[in-house]
Amino acid sequence: MEEKLQRPHKNPGGTLQSMAWYALVAACIKLLLIPSYHSTDFEVHRNWLALTHSLPLSQWYSDETSPWTLDYPPFFAYFERFLSIFANLIDPTIVNLRQGLNYNSNTVIYFQRMTVIVSDLCLFFALYRLTAKLDSGKRNLIWVLVASSPGLFIVDHVHFQYNGFLLGILLLSLSFLEEGRDLMGGFVFAVLLCFKHLFAVAAPVYFVYLLSRFSRGGFLKGFGRALVMGAVVALVFAAAFGPFVYYGQIQQVIHRMFPFGRGLCHAYWAPNFWVFYIILDKGLAFLLRKLGFNIQAPAASFTGGLVGDSSPFSILPSITPLTTFIMVLLAISPALIKAWRNPRPGMITRWVAYAYTCGFIFGWHVHEKASLHFVIPLAIVAMQSLEDAKHYFLLSIVSSYSLFPLLFEAQEYPIKVLLLLLHSIVMWLAFSAHSTKNGVINATAPANKGSDKLEVKGSSRAATKKGDFVIGWIGKIYLLGLLVVEIWGQFLHPYLLGSRFPFVPLMLISVYCAFGIMYSWIWQLKRIIGSS
Amino acid sequence: MGKSTGKKVMKNEDGDDCDGWWWLVHKNIGASFLCIAVFAFLVRVAVSFHPYSGAGNPPKYGDYEAQRHWMEITLNLPAKEWYHNSTTNDLNYWGLDYPPLTAYQSYVHGLFLRIFHPESVSLFTSRGHESYFGKLLMRWTVLSSDILFLFPAVFCFVVVYYTGRGRRSDIAWLIAMILLNPCLILIDHGHFQYNCISLGLTIGAVAAILSDKELVACVLFSLALNHKQMSAYFAPAFFSHLLGKCLRRRNPILEVSKLGLAVVGTFAIVWWPYIHSMDAFLGVLSRLAPFERGLYEDYVANFWCTTSVLIKWKRLFTIKSMKLLSFWATILTCLPSMIQQIWSPSNLGFLYGLLNSSFSFYLFSFQVHEKSILLPLLPASLLALEEPFHFRWLTHYALLSMFPLMCRDKLILPYMALFALFYLLYYAPGGREDTRKMQSPSSLRSFMLSFLVLCSLFLHLVYITLHPPDKYPFLFEAVIMLLCFSQFILLTVYTNAKQWMLLKHSTLMDKDKKLV
Repeated sequence: MEEKLQRPHKNPGGTLQSMAWYALVAACIKLLLIPSYHSTDFEVHRNWLALTHSLPLSQWYSDETSPWTLDYPPFFAYFERFLSIFANLIDPTIVNLRQGLNYNSNTVIYFQRMTVIVSDLCLFFALYRLTAKLDSGKRNLIWVLVASSPGLFIVDHVHFQYNGFLLGILLLSLSFLEEGRDLMGGFVFAVLLCFKHLFAVAAPVYFVYLLSRFSRGGFLKGFGRALVMGAVVALVFAAAFGPFVYYGQIQQVIHRMFPFGRGLCHAYWAPNFWVFYIILDKGLAFLLRKLGFNIQAPAASFTGGLVGDSSPFSILPSITPLTTFIMVLLAISPALIKAWRNPRPGMITRWVAYAYTCGFIFGWHVHEKASLHFVIPLAIVAMQSLEDAKHYFLLSIVSSYSLFPLLFEAQEYPIKVLLLLLHSIVMWLAFSAHSTKNGVINATAPANKGSDKLEVKGSSRAATKKGDFVIGWIGKIYLLGLLVVEIWGQFLHPYLLGSRFPFVPLMLISVYCAFGIMYSWIWQLKRIIGSS
Repeated sequence: MGKSTGKKVMKNEDGDDCDGWWWLVHKNIGASFLCIAVFAFLVRVAVSFHPYSGAGNPPKYGDYEAQRHWMEITLNLPAKEWYHNSTTNDLNYWGLDYPPLTAYQSYVHGLFLRIFHPESVSLFTSRGHESYFGKLLMRWTVLSSDILFLFPAVFCFVVVYYTGRGRRSDIAWLIAMILLNPCLILIDHGHFQYNCISLGLTIGAVAAILSDKELVACVLFSLALNHKQMSAYFAPAFFSHLLGKCLRRRNPILEVSKLGLAVVGTFAIVWWPYIHSMDAFLGVLSRLAPFERGLYEDYVANFWCTTSVLIKWKRLFTIKSMKLLSFWATILTCLPSMIQQIWSPSNLGFLYGLLNSSFSFYLFSFQVHEKSILLPLLPASLLALEEPFHFRWLTHYALLSMFPLMCRDKLILPYMALFALFYLLYYAPGGREDTRKMQSPSSLRSFMLSFLVLCSLFLHLVYITLHPPDKYPFLFEAVIMLLCFSQFILLTVYTNAKQWMLLKHSTLMDKDKKLV
């Protein structure tokens, strides 16, 4: 007993060692998932390996040997070039532009899967940095939340992408900002943009936040720092795009990176605002037809590109990329105003996550996978209060569920269900453990309340009022509804309707999840406006 | 309500706060079990993506084809012909050689397969059937058996034996150790077998004994015996423990006959189709004891196989005398642990007895194959909290002894992943009190241990990368076997001694009580 009492306050639960433990356990599962189904994205990345390895830089963005042309910014291409060195050592066929097409041997599968698993180190390192100042209990819980996140498993390790790596860079940038090291944060974010430009949705937040920070410490000093920042960003972009400018390829690069020929929605509608817009249009058209109006069925579809002047909508006005752009900016603006007025480092993660939420909800041609961009950063703030925890619980389940259609083969079905189930149980255990602990602290030591780092007035009150982590009845009914939607789509629909209306189950998932995501957006908005 | 849970948390906080797992165990044991069980199930599903034994390897394939073939036979023929060689049932091609409960299980699973994929179990035409969907369904039969038998049994065991006698994070660690036993997962969900059923029934029986429900235990263990005859490895422990318990009651003969009746009754029900004629009965019995398959299979790390490097048992003795020899060797080696249990039956002693008797069977009985190491591993995992080092050591070498089999089955990747996962969970931050305590064993011992671990890791590498010399094509297998055997023997001696030490300990305790 004595030994226990003498144990120093700084305990081993929050060390790098235990962080590595979570990462390694997750890595074991990822290893086991290597032979599972992989999407065409796998061949896309294989082709990029071949392309960057066997062609000179000047042809990277103009090659059309495979339909899966390079459409990520240059840093990602350099990253692929780096990986291709090892690929060439392991099996030269992988990096062969022609013979490697649709290459599917074990070597390429093991190699590419391993690159994803190893590059996840970036995520865990960033996570470690980002949570460095929290107490060990919270740190552990945040790590568990991210390590067990089904979205990362489904998208990265089964479907095949490098989101863990890219999100790692984002979190790294956020960790610098939270420490108050604005220059480093901005620099890392610029690097991230040159890896994947889809992350640019948060650029306005970064811009306003940094500008506001610089303008605080006196005009001259601030101006100088802003200049340095601008120079750093310019340098990063020059390193990325410079070679292509030199070879006169820059137009081709830009063209590849922004293919506006695509439609408003992806083949499977991401659960966002436009789902409601489309449904409303269909409903109105149906009603008006019933009332005797002559409504033309639209010639174009929202998933395909814009065909000439025809609109994919029957009644409602057509949507252009510009409309979505303005809507996203408008939606972000509350966070921008807050960031301008009071650029607190403690809020930046929340603002950035909010920006990605807006981009997801109102953006043009949004992929369902983009929900990872805000779900993972939000895990960091989920421990700040009970309300945050409740919101995260709901959001994480909904967004993971909305990724289910990515894995459509029978073999992976139990994997995605079990991953979500495990994640939900872990969240439930983690949040209730955390809230009871907090409740105890609040009940036993009310004097400490003032020093508590809770950000919103309401949350500490909620924690004292009720120590337990309880989801309200609306939340419960909504989550049960997910189960109903899944059972309908998987079992009842094929059984009752056979192959008729094959699009209905997917549409149901989109619409149903869209409610949850919209709720999350409104909740985040309220949280940001309500913060002092 | 809120206050009482709050107090509990406060009480635990001084010990548990630094645990990485504190969030996992702050609620009741059921919640922790649920979480670990879902994780364990996820691991099993992920392992099931990998190849099974004999995949794409005609004409005999492997255990997967055997199980599928049994489903085909039991589904399409009447029960009386299942064990009978005929034109429709060629016993030379994976004939049924497990007791009737396995046959019934195959029948039920066959029904399941027929609903979704009739081609995979149709008579004659399905021989060697391999398909994406067929594999999936077959895998699901094992996965569902695991959920139905092993998981609930483990839950019962943990609740019965360990609640209230350890920190909650210790118990969570124990659950993880039992449910995520890498050998069991690899054999059942990789190689393809149904050990989870017989082992699950055995754990159920153990839990019943620990909670003093002897009749239930007898029924469950008889069922386990009727699913796989290998469960007999545990029979001496069950027998001696129950006998010892009965002898201490007021009416020993009545107690023993009650239990005997439960066993006979269970057997009669399971063997119902075969007990009407002596011929049928003997026919089934002869199928269950395949003595013609020889003393051992492949390179198994038991006594006969290892010593055959020096003494050619197979040449020196006939099969018949070999049978007798191995029988007596087995009985003699498990006798000490049996005597201890009859002398002084105790719960802990019973668990040690299970370990010792299964070890003597593994080391000395007739017709052992490398998968039989699962049986000693089971009681070792149940005892993991008492003997953490023993359990780790045994698992390590059990895995190594299965490595050649895993290579043949192309299961190296899940083997490595589960190997790593086992060590990670074993050394989980805050999983168990004593892993965090800085132990300072004697330097010679720690040097020996790390040397042995290095040896085994080196052997893995050698086995994958190098070709054995032409003269000795099984050289590496033999070396692996030698290393594993030496460790197994040491562990057996240790656990036998430990079981007898319990006796000393308990008499001391009794004396203390009397003195008080």
